[in-house]
Amino acid sequence: MGEREKDDDMKHRQTKLEPVAEKPETENPMARPAATAHKPEARLGREVQARIGQQLRSMYNDVVSQGVPEHLADLVRRLSDQEQD
Amino acid sequence: MKLDPAIRDQVLATVPSLRAFAISLCGNIDRADDLVQETLLRALAHIDSFQPGTNMPAWLFTILRNLFRSEYRKRRREVEDPDGRYADTLKSHPEQTGRVEFEEFRTALAKLPSDQREALILVGASGFSYDDAAAICGCAVGTIKSRVNRARTRLADLLAIDSVDDFGPDRATRAVFAGGGRS
Repeated sequence: MGEREKDDDMKHRQTKLEPVAEKPETENPMARPAATAHKPEARLGREVQARIGQQLRSMYNDVVSQGVPEHLADLVRRLSDQEQD
Repeated sequence: MKLDPAIRDQVLATVPSLRAFAISLCGNIDRADDLVQETLLRALAHIDSFQPGTNMPAWLFTILRNLFRSEYRKRRREVEDPDGRYADTLKSHPEQTGRVEFEEFRTALAKLPSDQREALILVGASGFSYDDAAAICGCAVGTIKSRVNRARTRLADLLAIDSVDDFGPDRATRAVFAGGGRS
């Protein structure tokens, strides 16, 4: 019975071989034109990404550069000078 | 016993970026400062649970985020930002006016889902590693990576619409034509 299943499987595979398009692309790692086709977009993306990173940091650093507001600095000093057991 | 001054200084040194993160979460400076204050109170009351030598910023960011989340659940309506109030708040800072490109960026950033914005800011602005960001958000590293990626892709899409004219070849071409037409 096991033999027959194997036979069937072989037959199945052989018939399956004909419509090549049905083969998953991943079987052959060299045959990946789709991935390289995205390259121009990816390059444009890198420029945009660099800009996004810059603006993100610049927005964030606007706040960071304000330093520690006086009332928060006082709070930390007061709390760290008292209590603790 | 008083708090080790070295630990106190680590706390103080984290406050500026803690505020920047808080503002990115709340979209409002006053509420952000309240949140930072609450975080500092909580942190200093439980400072013995901080292990010296470990990452102080990550520890404080985690506390702040948890406080924000529990408050967020209570006041979901108020905090959600379907009409871009977050963007409006940011726009209203006088030192930021007149920077058109910046405002476009802020508006785009405000359109992101909050979990994506948070992940992007932790990794892209606060400079945390993916591991630290995952620890702060209490999720898997893979989740942070995918949120950051989705955030970047979405921002790029949103900004690309405007940026074609801003720095695409069209503008340069038009400038050349405009100049050429005059001579």
